[in-house]
Amino acid sequence: MSDEYDNNKSYQTQSSEVIDGSIGSVNPDIDYVRPAEVGEQDLYHGHSFIEKWVFCQDAKVIGVQYFLTAVFTGIVGLILSWLMRLQLGFPGLAGFMTAEHYYQFVTMHGMIMVVYFLTALFLGGFGNYLIPLMVGARDMVFPYVNMLSFWMFFVAVAVLMASFFVPGGPTGAGWTLYPPQTILEGTPGSGMGILLMLISLSLFVIGFTMGGLNYMITILQARTRGMTLMRMPLTVWGIFTATVLAMLAFPALLVSAIMMTLDKVLQTSFFMPTILKAGEVLEYGGGSPILFQHLFWFFGHPEVYIVALPAFGIVSDLISVHARKNIFGYRMMVWAIVGIGGLSFFVWAHHMYVSGMNPWFGFFFATTTLIIAVPTAMKVYNWILTLWRGNIRINTVMLWCLGFIVTFVNGGITGIFLGNVSVDVPLSDTYFVIAHFHMVMGIAPLMVIMGAVYHWFPLVAGKMLHEGLGKWHFWITFLGAYSIYFPMHYLGFIGVPRRYFEMYDSPYMTSAVGMNEFISIAAFIVGAAQFILVFNIIKTLKTGKKAEKNPWKANSLEWYTSTVPPEHGNFGERLPVVHRWPYDFSVPGAKDDFIPQTTAPSEVIHTEVEKT
Amino acid sequence: MHAGIIFLLVIIGSVLFHIFTPWYWTDIASNWGGMDDTITLTFWVGGGVFVAVCLFMIYCVFRYSHKEDRRAEYKPEDKKLEKILTWATTLGVAALLAPGLIIWNQYVNVPKNAIEVDVMAWQWGWQYRLPGADGKLGTTQVRNIADNNPFGINPDDPFGRDDIMVESDVINLENNRPVKILLRSVDVLHNWYVPQFRAKMDAVPGTVTFYWFEPNKVGEYEVLCAEYCGVGHYAMRGGVEVQDKADYEVWLSEQETFEQLSARYEKLNVDGNKLAKK
Repeated sequence: MSDEYDNNKSYQTQSSEVIDGSIGSVNPDIDYVRPAEVGEQDLYHGHSFIEKWVFCQDAKVIGVQYFLTAVFTGIVGLILSWLMRLQLGFPGLAGFMTAEHYYQFVTMHGMIMVVYFLTALFLGGFGNYLIPLMVGARDMVFPYVNMLSFWMFFVAVAVLMASFFVPGGPTGAGWTLYPPQTILEGTPGSGMGILLMLISLSLFVIGFTMGGLNYMITILQARTRGMTLMRMPLTVWGIFTATVLAMLAFPALLVSAIMMTLDKVLQTSFFMPTILKAGEVLEYGGGSPILFQHLFWFFGHPEVYIVALPAFGIVSDLISVHARKNIFGYRMMVWAIVGIGGLSFFVWAHHMYVSGMNPWFGFFFATTTLIIAVPTAMKVYNWILTLWRGNIRINTVMLWCLGFIVTFVNGGITGIFLGNVSVDVPLSDTYFVIAHFHMVMGIAPLMVIMGAVYHWFPLVAGKMLHEGLGKWHFWITFLGAYSIYFPMHYLGFIGVPRRYFEMYDSPYMTSAVGMNEFISIAAFIVGAAQFILVFNIIKTLKTGKKAEKNPWKANSLEWYTSTVPPEHGNFGERLPVVHRWPYDFSVPGAKDDFIPQTTAPSEVIHTEVEKT
Repeated sequence: MHAGIIFLLVIIGSVLFHIFTPWYWTDIASNWGGMDDTITLTFWVGGGVFVAVCLFMIYCVFRYSHKEDRRAEYKPEDKKLEKILTWATTLGVAALLAPGLIIWNQYVNVPKNAIEVDVMAWQWGWQYRLPGADGKLGTTQVRNIADNNPFGINPDDPFGRDDIMVESDVINLENNRPVKILLRSVDVLHNWYVPQFRAKMDAVPGTVTFYWFEPNKVGEYEVLCAEYCGVGHYAMRGGVEVQDKADYEVWLSEQETFEQLSARYEKLNVDGNKLAKK
């Protein structure tokens, strides 16, 4: 990798010294790109409607399928959050709301949003659509497996949704599924509900592994000529690293799901100690509930970064394009993504400071956790330094990016509270935690998703989303979400514990009734505001302005396809050849304020390009 | 332009909210003031970084918003700036981590003179046991639990005979005397949490966990369960009453020992049998 980079660099230096006056013609010396090492991929083009749109092998269609399915689960998750907020803000208003229902909604909301919505959307949705386009491939390397991946995910979602309709309802064990309560009576849905949840998670992991192998191998093996690793857009770096994390982390979830299924069905005791229930000793003994927590968070913490890293990557690209400026410190950004990914496997027990694990672990995990703050902070600095001296378009996409920076920094800072072991003691299991993780891995990634939707919609659909509606969508969402979660931290300071169906007359809560009502109303508004986007999309598809090709004047390959929207195979007869990184914006001496990745050095000979 | 102003108002609003919030932590009633101090320190440093980053961002939005005739600066990297920022951040993080670790060290090292309190959790309630005159708690086993032995004390264990059984979900503590809370659960995870004491720890079935604190304010406090434990989680309350030494000792002398409790049940059984025979 570094060799390739150095070679290219030496070509660059030669170019400015030796060549002059050959604009327009291809110069074989300075424009040299290594020949392709393997032949082109054979693609199977679908013939019927079903092959083209249902069991389709085109990564772009699969990406859209993932996206729409994930959005469907997200809407379910959103409705569940409304029901929860209804109970918390206005207890007793919804007559049907029992504690059982409340806990089922809490659990399903959490699991859906983290796994079935965010993970599937970033990796399955954006990953599938963007990876082949951005690295200059015709498709994923294993298109058939890729198709299976989506349908496995689809079945996983179907099984998950089915659990709403089985006797006892879905599991109400909390999304962390901590045993022993998860599989014992006393927790709602401890019969069929939890079994379906575990089956659905297992299916998800299997399906996701199929997709993940595709993302990784496509990025490593199917990049077009000239697309070195250090010329990849950060979006691809983010998705790539997240996928590696997922490949290593999801097995821990699968293993714990299988073990828990055995504990439930065959009365094994992986996680079950001797238990006294209703005066009787159950047929369990010797298992460790804390073991489950270790396995779960060994998955669960990388999972946070599986969601965050693609968001980091995407937002970097959006900021760079719309600030008309190269991303500041590209190499630092790449190493920060890789470094955060690596470190994320050494911090899991910071979720367990008060779990009863050996307290001496606290020193280790607090230290590793706070170390991770350093590369993360570097990324934040580089985003705002990219804005600095930029030429910033304050459009809808940029607004979402700015909203991301505010919410992510806010949530990142509160993460330093919770990671710092003894500070976590009073705050853990309170509303402070809820506020923190919703800000940092709920709202912040959602801001990126929205920005990405507005940014890439012209590519996917060939039409421009309405800017005015987009801005309303942004402001209501950003201001609303911020006023939900910012004050919520203070409930945590009071000491209000999370996962409380109601507070009776505890002094901790009575002082916060007004705030709870306010938060609930804000939540209803923010949720409803998301339908502005739905309306915008429908309206745009029907009557929207046709997008010109590459409307944002971006450099990366996805905007240089043969047709818009890109067809199966992406790039027409010839694959693009890459000569530079995707961030050559506002290069001194260049005619336009952007130089596409496909532009050869001899075409822009008078520019002072520093690095490609 | 409007965008920058709204973002600016959000940041100003956040700072004002923090200054004027009526919602803040309860008055502390234990020795863990250091936790509060570290939170305050983290607020200053973290809050400062948050405000600085956001203000810089807003400045950029005002200063560098798009003009057709202007071009952005072209500067892919600035090694020196990146190095300075990395080291400054590392220092800041270390400055926050250090007090956190120091207090954690105190948290995991229980003072020698701490009195042990055995807290047993179940779905959904609390029970308490104190060591008797010998200062030691008897060993226990879940399988021994019965009406006449609510804690499952091993009947053969001599240390268990004089253990004091508190037949209430309220436990009394002596003011200014460190307490080591030993946590047990007979069924699922629980967490014995009093917000005013700041401290907490999960009770895990199959093992005994602990934490300690020193109550320093006489009064009554509410105990909340802070680890989700099933459908009754939100209603799993208990109480603590912190008393001065004299009051505490009066209360203590009124409690029953395990031996007395066993004898009482034996008598009940004997009386019951007699009644049955008659």
